[in-house]
Amino acid sequence: MTDISAVSSGAPSAPLPANAQASPVHFRGGGFRPKSPRGIGLLVFVVLIAFLEWGTRAGFISALTVPRPTDVFATLVDFAQSGGLWKNLHPSLMRLLVGGSLGALAGIGVGVMIGLFSVARAGLVPLVAALFPIPKIALLPLFVIWFGIDESSKYALIAFGTFTPTVVATYGAVDNVDRSLIRMGQSFGLKWSTIVLRIVLPGAMPGILSGLRVSLAIAIILLVAAEMLGAEYGIGAYILQAGSLYDLERLFAGVTILSLLGVILSALVGLIEKRLLGWRA
Amino acid sequence: MELRLEGVSHRYGDVEVIRDINLSIPKGRIVCIVGPSGCGKSTLLRFLGGLERPTGGQVTQVGSPPEDSINPLTYVFQDFALLPWRTVEGNISFILADHGVRGARAEAIISDVLARTKLSDFRKALPKQLSGGMKQRVAIARALAVNPAVLLMDEPLSALDSQTRELLMDDLVTLWTRQPFTAVYVTHNLAEAVRLGHRIVVLSRRPGQIREVVEIDTPLESRTLGDPALDRMQKHLWTLMRAEAEAADMELVND
Repeated sequence: MTDISAVSSGAPSAPLPANAQASPVHFRGGGFRPKSPRGIGLLVFVVLIAFLEWGTRAGFISALTVPRPTDVFATLVDFAQSGGLWKNLHPSLMRLLVGGSLGALAGIGVGVMIGLFSVARAGLVPLVAALFPIPKIALLPLFVIWFGIDESSKYALIAFGTFTPTVVATYGAVDNVDRSLIRMGQSFGLKWSTIVLRIVLPGAMPGILSGLRVSLAIAIILLVAAEMLGAEYGIGAYILQAGSLYDLERLFAGVTILSLLGVILSALVGLIEKRLLGWRA
Repeated sequence: MELRLEGVSHRYGDVEVIRDINLSIPKGRIVCIVGPSGCGKSTLLRFLGGLERPTGGQVTQVGSPPEDSINPLTYVFQDFALLPWRTVEGNISFILADHGVRGARAEAIISDVLARTKLSDFRKALPKQLSGGMKQRVAIARALAVNPAVLLMDEPLSALDSQTRELLMDDLVTLWTRQPFTAVYVTHNLAEAVRLGHRIVVLSRRPGQIREVVEIDTPLESRTLGDPALDRMQKHLWTLMRAEAEAADMELVND
């Protein structure tokens, strides 16, 4: 391979030396790039449910352990037609909306403060670290004393539960905003408020939104916990009632609604991400 | 308006990075600062624009900037520093808006600078859609939009490949010939320095001191790639810097 000009001639390479073996180079790249082909996720659900249906019908899964999926579905349809679904779903959604947005907004506000001000960081980071691991459900009796047995204690519980993870996600996101962009803002003589609103907040948005995914899931968990402790209507109350009567169909119907709620909220965040974060490479 | 560095020194803790630098930036000329890595040339530029304060000496501005200058001391950064969530025009308009320039006046400025940097067709593009050279053109357009009295360029072409660099150098020369601006251009690339600089300041390795100031009288527009006089100049600069660069390369980093 000393003759460089021969490379460009386009002629087949020089004849192989005698008794040399030609074999293709072993491929060892590729992989480590998982994609998610459409339909596979749905397929997993379908197969699982079909298995349960088949098992309960064939009899090797006892009706006492898992209810038959078609029965659960029938219960759901009945629940919707009787108007019970809306009666229970409406207060739950309200609690989720009010409590969740209170907690998320306060969390973003405090998170940004921690990200921007040294005093807030020094004072609040240890406090948040102390609050984070407290199981918020354990505080419900306290919230009932503080805010009363009605809706406000439920709002407070959900808000408190979403607050801490949002704070942590937000200040992490603010810390990760590209400092060179902030320096650029200063070098153009921009006002402090403009730097925060136009550079820091949009730059922190990816982190804030992925924190929101976690916070919303926590909000659903706390919603059910709050409703189990004292609510006439609500998906949590419905599940608790079904559970104490060992009505497995209704219990599963309630759980299915919660799952769907989680999927819908997560899809909603996905939609917001798509709209707001289209600029990401 | 003129900028002056008077006896500027700087240290980070125990490390002396810059020692006693006196330098003036005359109006309408491009001053290139070259030096081995770590000699404090970028730090010097941050002093000039008020992004950092030297521990000794002072930076003064002589005379006042022109009335219509929105941001007298304006940077062009090596990493472009474009907001990735804003379009090409959005990256310019939000700065103008913050300085109270909106509507038709902002529109006129944006159209003008985009035309001057050959970006008119890319107004609505997001940074992720642009090549490195285009991104730096946007950053240059943004800097021109605020009508700076002095442009402070921190290795503006160092993140680009050599072909794009040639193209952008030509563009800078054209921009300057059409409308001369004052600029401080920090680079480690001697070819850029002899191509764009009216005055080249050679710094020593840390602690950075001025080793030599070279004036090049050839007008910018008649400097071409491979010009023997420029090549000689570049060689001369390299002989000045070689030993320094070698020593700087062998230093341990302690920070």
